Amino acid sequence: MSALRELYQEVILDHNKSPSNFRTMENADRSVEGYNPLCGDHYTIYVKMDGDVIADVSFVGTGCAISKASASVMTSIVKGKTKSEADELFQNFHNLVRGEPNPDSVTDRLGKLAVFSGVSEFPARVKCASLAWHTFRAALEAKQETVSTE
Amino acid sequence: MRSSIGGASYRTIVRPTSDIVLPEFEQKLGIIEGCRHHFPLLHQQINGKRLVYLDNAATSQKPQIVIDAMMRYYLEENSNIHRGIHYLSERATQAYERVRARVKRFINAANTTEIVFVRGTTEAVNLVANSFGRTNVGPGDEVLISAMEHHSNIVPWQMLCKERSARLTVIPMNEKGELILEEYVKLLTPKTKIVAVTHVSNALGTINPIKEIVAMAHSFGVPVLVDGAQAVPHMHVDVRDLDCDFYAFSSHKMFGPTGVGILYGKEQLLEAMPPYQGGGDMIKSVTFEKTIYNDLPYKFEAGTPNIGGGIGLGTAIDYISNLDMNAIQAHEHELLAYATERVAQLPGVRIVGTATCKAAVLSFVINGIHPHDIGTILDDEGIAVRTGHHCAQPVMQHFGIPATARASFAFYNTKEEADALVKGIRKVIEVLG
Repeated sequence: MSALRELYQEVILDHNKSPSNFRTMENADRSVEGYNPLCGDHYTIYVKMDGDVIADVSFVGTGCAISKASASVMTSIVKGKTKSEADELFQNFHNLVRGEPNPDSVTDRLGKLAVFSGVSEFPARVKCASLAWHTFRAALEAKQETVSTE
Repeated sequence: MRSSIGGASYRTIVRPTSDIVLPEFEQKLGIIEGCRHHFPLLHQQINGKRLVYLDNAATSQKPQIVIDAMMRYYLEENSNIHRGIHYLSERATQAYERVRARVKRFINAANTTEIVFVRGTTEAVNLVANSFGRTNVGPGDEVLISAMEHHSNIVPWQMLCKERSARLTVIPMNEKGELILEEYVKLLTPKTKIVAVTHVSNALGTINPIKEIVAMAHSFGVPVLVDGAQAVPHMHVDVRDLDCDFYAFSSHKMFGPTGVGILYGKEQLLEAMPPYQGGGDMIKSVTFEKTIYNDLPYKFEAGTPNIGGGIGLGTAIDYISNLDMNAIQAHEHELLAYATERVAQLPGVRIVGTATCKAAVLSFVINGIHPHDIGTILDDEGIAVRTGHHCAQPVMQHFGIPATARASFAFYNTKEEADALVKGIRKVIEVLG
């Protein structure tokens, strides 16, 4: 597979066209805006907690295919997880898109996140893939300010 | 490594003793194809594809003679200027000051005292905003800019206005991306202290009627600064014909090196302005009680300048001066028309910036596809375009879009490259549409 095809895998294109959890959340505990001033990607992530568990998470906004697919996949996989489980997923994802190796045991458990493996070949796009995650983590930490990738 | 240099048919020629010889330009017409080989960087492959460089509005490529001239300077002449009595310092000073004279001729300034070397267009604007602005703009005054300015011709004025409790006013533009001159006249008030406007929009390509804009401002007694960064590589600029008061531009967009820019200012205005920065070279004498500033233009040139860059700029000016600017304009105009027609026909594509009078900048968006994705797929085809807001976020807000993809042409670009762009955009639509 060419690097480009690996970046724009069918799964990513599908998530871009029909993203999951793409909605506002009226009863969210927290919402945080994420912004990439370089390319204008702009999302709001909504989180509803049930104790330590992420009960619901959703997003709205605009951006490139990579950023939107990443937000879509992320919201799907962190739902029902605890904060520390979500943190671990983020760390694995972060290593993946930056081309830093994960232990084999982790690689096996990447699941849906594995579709973002192609991003590491495109350093300029790492921020696109990470935007939703950084914003989500800010929401978990109850930060109020807008998250910027710059 | 995703990029590799291959198939380059050039040699780096260092001429250690003789002067740099400019390439002979066969005939003024038909030169374009012949000129491509003057630019070594163009002859390489990216991702296994022939490089198609269409990001000239960001920075232009450099001809071999510019690269050689800078190398020769460092090999043979490098020395600090304006202060040594030794041979090399004298030689470097002469070479550097000769560049000033070439810039003066190039833009038809009246005097070399009006040519101030700076780091780039951004620093030139900052110099005027700080020096002229702080002297002349007070509480309640207005600074008039336009809706299509680059951030570098917005932010320095915004900072000034904030500091001086002045107001930033903005000439609006229409849906084609042209300034609305009827509104401009209304915005010129007795409170307006300076107009700062771009000659050519970097995001839209619009060529503004600077002569008219200047005449209108002057009828109200208001001086005008023109951001000429995008104009100089594409058209003949005559500052005395335009009658502008300040004209700012950058070497790196006109086939010279980065790190050098020019502020042209009318002598009378520059004379009345205080220095921008303090340091060496801008003084006549210094005691702890008092400093007497140097004459123009050195008053504005504190510290050791980018001498090697200046030498490169001088050679770039020689290079451009040997080209036929009319032929360049005709070629770029044809390229733009050719590319625009073909790109506009592609499904879901919208051209952003459709001014009647336009430089070779083709900004576009594709329905449902983010410009960043366009940029990545075009890059995979070896095509370098710029995607994003082009440091002109208010322009993006005007058109209600977060970003555009922008192909910007130079005289060395060809119709084949425009075809490659069209083919590349087809691929974008195929992959992401």
